[in-house]
Amino acid sequence: MENLIALLIAAPLVGAALLLCGGKRLDRTGHWIGTLLAVASFAVAAVLFTDMLGRTADDRALHQHLFTWIPVGGFHADLAFQLDQLSMTFVLLITGVGSLIHLYSVGYMAHDERRRRFFGYLNLFLAAMLLLVLADNYLLLYVGWEGVGLASYLLIGFWQHKPSAATAAKKAFLVNRVGDVGLSIAIMLLFTTFGTFAFGPVLDAAGTATSAGEGKLTAIALLLLLAACGKSAQVPLQSWLGDAMEGPTPVSALIHAATMVTAGVYLITRSGTVFDAAPAAQTAVVVVGAVTLLFGAIVGCAKDDIKKALAGSTMSQIGYMILAAGLGPIGYAFAIMHLVTHGFFKAGLFLGAGSVMHGMNDEVDMRRYGGLRKHMPVTFVTFGLGYLAIIGFPGLSGFFSKDKIIEAAFAKGGTEGWILGGAALLGAAITAFYMTRVMLMTFFGEKRWDPDEVHPHESPKTMTIPMIILAFGSVFAGGLFSVNEAFVHWLEPVTSLAHGHPPLGATATTAATVVVLLLGVAAAWLMYGRKPVPVTAPRGSVLTRAARRDLLQDDFNHVVLVRGGTHLTDTLVRLDHTLVDGAVTGTAVAMGGLSGCLRRLQNGFVRSYAAQMVGGAAVLVAVTLLMRGV
Amino acid sequence: MNPVHYLYLAALLFTIGAAGVLIRRNAIVVFMCIELMLNACNLAFVTFSRLHGNLDGQIIAFFTMVVAAAEVVVGLAIIVTIFRTRHTASVDDASLMKL
Repeated sequence: MENLIALLIAAPLVGAALLLCGGKRLDRTGHWIGTLLAVASFAVAAVLFTDMLGRTADDRALHQHLFTWIPVGGFHADLAFQLDQLSMTFVLLITGVGSLIHLYSVGYMAHDERRRRFFGYLNLFLAAMLLLVLADNYLLLYVGWEGVGLASYLLIGFWQHKPSAATAAKKAFLVNRVGDVGLSIAIMLLFTTFGTFAFGPVLDAAGTATSAGEGKLTAIALLLLLAACGKSAQVPLQSWLGDAMEGPTPVSALIHAATMVTAGVYLITRSGTVFDAAPAAQTAVVVVGAVTLLFGAIVGCAKDDIKKALAGSTMSQIGYMILAAGLGPIGYAFAIMHLVTHGFFKAGLFLGAGSVMHGMNDEVDMRRYGGLRKHMPVTFVTFGLGYLAIIGFPGLSGFFSKDKIIEAAFAKGGTEGWILGGAALLGAAITAFYMTRVMLMTFFGEKRWDPDEVHPHESPKTMTIPMIILAFGSVFAGGLFSVNEAFVHWLEPVTSLAHGHPPLGATATTAATVVVLLLGVAAAWLMYGRKPVPVTAPRGSVLTRAARRDLLQDDFNHVVLVRGGTHLTDTLVRLDHTLVDGAVTGTAVAMGGLSGCLRRLQNGFVRSYAAQMVGGAAVLVAVTLLMRGV
Repeated sequence: MNPVHYLYLAALLFTIGAAGVLIRRNAIVVFMCIELMLNACNLAFVTFSRLHGNLDGQIIAFFTMVVAAAEVVVGLAIIVTIFRTRHTASVDDASLMKL
């Protein structure tokens, strides 16, 4: 059975190779080949999943060793895969949602002349992401980590003829690079500390914490956190995600909402024992999570671009996951559970947004939508279910997973618990506010578009079917996972589990969540439902204007990093010119002057040469005589 | 007659030759001065041969004469060529170096 694991990655990898190297003869069929191979990968995942369910909990992890990749002395890197419950969850999410989004793209990209290339990139992404979650050592994980970064770059900049898309791709790549440097240094430290890359020995050794000091583990954990911040768009490396919405919408749904941006959560959960052994780093993780979940939510409130509002929301929801992952064993399972439910509803929301844009001539400004529910009934219902799921409406997916995270945050205990829980609750209220705002501005209210120019219509079947399936996931996944805590127990062998005890009790926390949710919805309705939405955005308060500019993150980066960096390089260039070049050219000038003096001896007059010879001979004779005298 | 006097004469001739090489500009005169120096050396060799009572010095004097003859052939050819191209026999005018 374990021989099937490589097939999971091979299918989309073959697809990518075929589509990217196959040339024009695949233009007509390429998109179906790509979709078929994604579905094939999902089928293999389903087979492996049923097989895994048939075994006992401790016996479920599968290992496949393909070959030793780099055997040099004491340095061994294997090309080997590990399929345990955590990887299985990711594999099902990636291949499942991935297949649906391939299908959706068939309709969405129907009129794009570079469609074959697009599917090639999507397949490449699937292969890299699967490699990331299936790797059984950190070095191979790093390969997948860079692979998804590459695919993300290619897909954000897919419409490279638009300067904004090309710039956004470059920005995403550069910001990610900062995080990647953290990961590479963390891997080097792991190797020097534990002498191996493989998850098993490293994590066991980190758990016992005898072979490595806490300081070293804290450094490793902080570097892993930096990597997670880059890939998962967490503060302070969050600035790329909003711009990444320049890519085609299916890309935003698959890569920048459901899968790739959650790689940071995977990394932290996978390295759980390292973080458990470094409490200082765990504090950093929860702080990053709490700050980001508020940051993203506030940004989401102010954006008029539907995709950027959803991007803020993604940032915020991943903030929840990072927060949960930072709580340790009381949070890991809930982080992953929220990750999966978020994968469903956020992918569904993005596909819905894509469907709206498809029907509205690629308009993204929500102030030019309004009243679309009659024109796009399927999109409205699926988007609406996704909306209810994300705000945590009781009974839907988001309710179960987010509520658990809020509970776990309170259960952290002490002042810390109150602060984190409060932040998570506040985030839930803001989530309800901005999502209701998106919903009201898009589907309700009066028409703010010109009926002569725009003819909103429902999208083709290839697009609506994935949306419907994802809507089912958004509604039922959370409930299914929570029956007898099935999901948590499923992950228990990998992530270890501890039950926290929230100071208020579970019922009170749930009640509080529902109350703040209703408050958020009510506030949004008062502002955007009761009175008409102006077509041009009002100037707004200072906070609104700041939030529209992503809370001045780009301005901050510009002033501190761009301008500071320019100053630094200018200074270094000047030092180079004066000190280094000064020494070099100074030597050259001195040599030149000296040789200028010596050159005068070589004047071309035979008599002067003769005089030098006579003089030299006289000196030799004189010296010889004198030496004999001595 | 004391053979050492020949050495004094040789030194005197050598000095006159060297001074001529250094001072005169005409290539022919310089050339003659060089011959004078060579012959001063020959005189010294022969004198030393006499002083030491063996023939080494005299043999070397023959060698010097052969070398001097070869040198005259080459040297005069060069001087004539320079004179033909530049219409002067001054050694200073033959300098092409930039200063």
